[in-house]
Amino acid sequence: MTQPETKAVAAAGSPVFQLMRKPSGRLLFSGADGREHEGVVPVRTFPLTAPDEGIALVSADGHELLWIDSLRNLPGYAAALLREELALRDFMPEITRLVSVSSFGTPSLWTVETERGDTVFTLKAEEDIRRLKNGALLIGSGEGVQYGIADITSLDRTSRRLLERFL
Amino acid sequence: MDNASPADAAVAALRQRLAADENVLCTLAVDLDQQLRFASGLLALTNRRLLSLSAGGEWTSWPTVDAGGPGARALELRYFDHAGVGTLELHDPSAEPPRLLAKWRFTLGADVHALRLVRLFGRQQREISSGSRLGVTEPEGAADPRAALCGECGLPLPAGSDICLACARKPQSPPSTWVLLRLWRFARPYRYQLVTGFMLTLASTAATLVPPYLTIPLMDDILIPFQNGRQIESGKVGLILGSLLAAALLGWALNWARTYLLALVSERIGADLRTATFEHLIELPLDYFGGKRTGDLMARIGSETDRICVFLSLHALDFVTDVLMIGMTAAILLSINPWLALATLVPLPFIGWMIHSVRGRLRTGFERIDRVWSEVTNVLADTIPGVRVVKAFAQEKREAQRFRDVNRHNLEVNDKLNKIWSLFTPTVSLLTEIGLLIVWAFGIWLMSRQEITVGVLTAFIAYIGRFYGRLDSMSRIVSVTQKAAAGAKRIFDILDHVSNVPEPARPVRIDAPQGRIEMKGLGFRYGNRSVIQGLELRIEPGEMIGLVGHSGSGKSTLVNLLCRFYDVSDGAIEVDGVDIRRFGVADYRRHIGLVLQEPFLFFGTIAENIAYGNPSASRAEIVAAARAAHAYEFILRLPHAYDSLVGERGQGLSGGERQRISIARALLINPRILILDEATSSVDTETEKEIQRALDNLVQGRTTIAIAHRLSTLRKANRLVVMDRGQVVEVGPHDELMARQGHYWRLYEAQARQVDTEEDDREIEDSGDLRTAVATSQMAHAAQRAPQQSGDA
Repeated sequence: MTQPETKAVAAAGSPVFQLMRKPSGRLLFSGADGREHEGVVPVRTFPLTAPDEGIALVSADGHELLWIDSLRNLPGYAAALLREELALRDFMPEITRLVSVSSFGTPSLWTVETERGDTVFTLKAEEDIRRLKNGALLIGSGEGVQYGIADITSLDRTSRRLLERFL
Repeated sequence: MDNASPADAAVAALRQRLAADENVLCTLAVDLDQQLRFASGLLALTNRRLLSLSAGGEWTSWPTVDAGGPGARALELRYFDHAGVGTLELHDPSAEPPRLLAKWRFTLGADVHALRLVRLFGRQQREISSGSRLGVTEPEGAADPRAALCGECGLPLPAGSDICLACARKPQSPPSTWVLLRLWRFARPYRYQLVTGFMLTLASTAATLVPPYLTIPLMDDILIPFQNGRQIESGKVGLILGSLLAAALLGWALNWARTYLLALVSERIGADLRTATFEHLIELPLDYFGGKRTGDLMARIGSETDRICVFLSLHALDFVTDVLMIGMTAAILLSINPWLALATLVPLPFIGWMIHSVRGRLRTGFERIDRVWSEVTNVLADTIPGVRVVKAFAQEKREAQRFRDVNRHNLEVNDKLNKIWSLFTPTVSLLTEIGLLIVWAFGIWLMSRQEITVGVLTAFIAYIGRFYGRLDSMSRIVSVTQKAAAGAKRIFDILDHVSNVPEPARPVRIDAPQGRIEMKGLGFRYGNRSVIQGLELRIEPGEMIGLVGHSGSGKSTLVNLLCRFYDVSDGAIEVDGVDIRRFGVADYRRHIGLVLQEPFLFFGTIAENIAYGNPSASRAEIVAAARAAHAYEFILRLPHAYDSLVGERGQGLSGGERQRISIARALLINPRILILDEATSSVDTETEKEIQRALDNLVQGRTTIAIAHRLSTLRKANRLVVMDRGQVVEVGPHDELMARQGHYWRLYEAQARQVDTEEDDREIEDSGDLRTAVATSQMAHAAQRAPQQSGDA
């Protein structure tokens, strides 16, 4: 998992900063003032409505160091580093198919196919299914992982029928 | 074996890879790979090395012991989690530069095992570096022979406790769909009445089947001969008509008796169900209530039990009657003429099935209407309590538009359903007519062959007309059963919810605690968020501790843990050296006095409210408590003094007055441990002084933990504990902490600057205590029972 110690310097026009991954796996940030912060974390400010816009870099003690309008404006390496980090922070597998549910009552064990492989999770209560705009759903599992469904209508018939019993 | 999961095969494979003298100390089934895809792997710690099986089936190992001998570089295993994903990282901190050797990821279901692995690993590394007991680390259970293991998962139990942390957090198994049968538990006490009711049903059904049978002699012996020119035998007519009347009267009486009896029983079952549910609900821990909406819980106990009751007394009863009737009719028809009976009965299942399938389409439609309807009420529930905000921001138009939108949606869904719905009744009658047609046709054919008489055919038509009519209501049983089952499920959801603040099997008695509190390695996780980690704190008996920190730093959570509203995820809280999980919950809480920011007064008199924690308190005790709480004088100013009624939230009393009543309430139970959670923060400074005087009386000689946003209110505290992100960052008296110029100093300075602006904010908040109840049809009933009483009129 060790990365080469490439440094990413922001392009002109965006704030000047450097970002690199230490061999310890943590992100090292040095801002315009030259101060270094180890263990910075990127935080999506609108993880659901605008995942690629408005990303805050937050230091290990919780203070905001840098605001990034959009990942697209960043140089490739920095963007890749941040995406890598964000992938863990906003771990939200997309459900592509519901294979089966153990019961229409809760708690219920759901066997699903996601874009990240097959898994089983517990739905503790119907309230854990949150409706988002445009038919998207966010399902909070009993294990703490959030699962997403981008669009109910794009699921197959069986999945839809299973899902509708919980909505 | 630690994990009884798909990792079993991996564990078996692991055993084969072990050296002869190698012991597995702990395993962890990981379910995510490096790219965060779901794939199962295994991580195992032995007394020599850390072994890992990747999803691809490759084994990797890191020697943890043989590497260097005493004093050699130690590896580090770091654990953290975010968004429901736990990460373990194996670091080599002494390398130059420090390196990350490997990492594993897993969903948080496995975090108890992961934390144990980290703990064991850390212990092993410490033992190596200190050179003692090189590499002979024993599994936790074996190290301490007294430590019991959980019967279910084999993890060591927390010292002195019989509740396994891993199992307590496992989700309960889902309820079966035969949930309605579980209602038997509530029906059992009434089984004799139920049997009687069933007998009455049998008899009354039989009585209703007599009249069609009498049409046979009426036709064949009287009407047909009369048409053929014979005289009517008036005696015979009288007899038949008399029997018809008698059958009708008998049917009426029996029907009345069984309906009354069964309604009586089902009402009682419903009442028992309600009581049992509420009794269980009120015992559930706080976090259950945190996750549910009040309206939802009220609906469950109110309308769901009612729905089940109606189902039992009406639908289930009707269905049983119908089944009996069809069975008896079939028997009668077969006895009269088997062929015609067959022709009559054969179409029945088809017609039943067709009605059912039309109903099935309707059902999904009705469910959609239910959902849309709840959206309509949601807009109401959202807007009416927040009406001040709506008006303040001049958004009336928007809310009206929102309501219009959901209402239109409601209309559209209804229109769509009505298309099918309006087709339904005509369809049923059409099918009935077709059924009758078959009977007519077959009957006429049989008559032409002289096999039956006109009377028999008439009787058949009379019988069949009855039960085709019942087919519709019978087909409804499926959907009402489903609805009742859903209701029963929601009820049993509550009844089955096992408290996650379990009562110990052998509680330790707690009579007169001293009030020494120790928090050891405390960790608490709420959902997938870690709120408190590794917190250590020791509080001496009689000491007053001020808990300060930013909001969200875990102060209130710490207090909730101390009250045992929740149980810790990790570590332990000890009172007088005993883990609080070993005390009986109610027994323990009796020694804790809690004064909250928003004092809650129940509907009742002031005296009853003060004596809430100890209803048997004498009047003298109540008055003494009120005096000590500086509530005495204002109570005397009320028209009925201690007998004045206070309302739902103590309307008619000011915030400070309510707070002093709640202080008196806490004083009356004379607790050893006192918790003040922002007790003075919702009142103005003047009132705060009065409350402060009352509090000074209260804290005397008690172990006190006070949370205060306004630091000035903690002057009397012996020590201040500063919390930040779930950890204690500073401890010490005010002066010392100020001198240190650390966290506390920064908080204090920031507050000194903000004091003015803050006062302004608070005034606005205070006046905003408008609580409008949204009276949906179900809740209106309940709301009427809690009239908004003020002090007195």
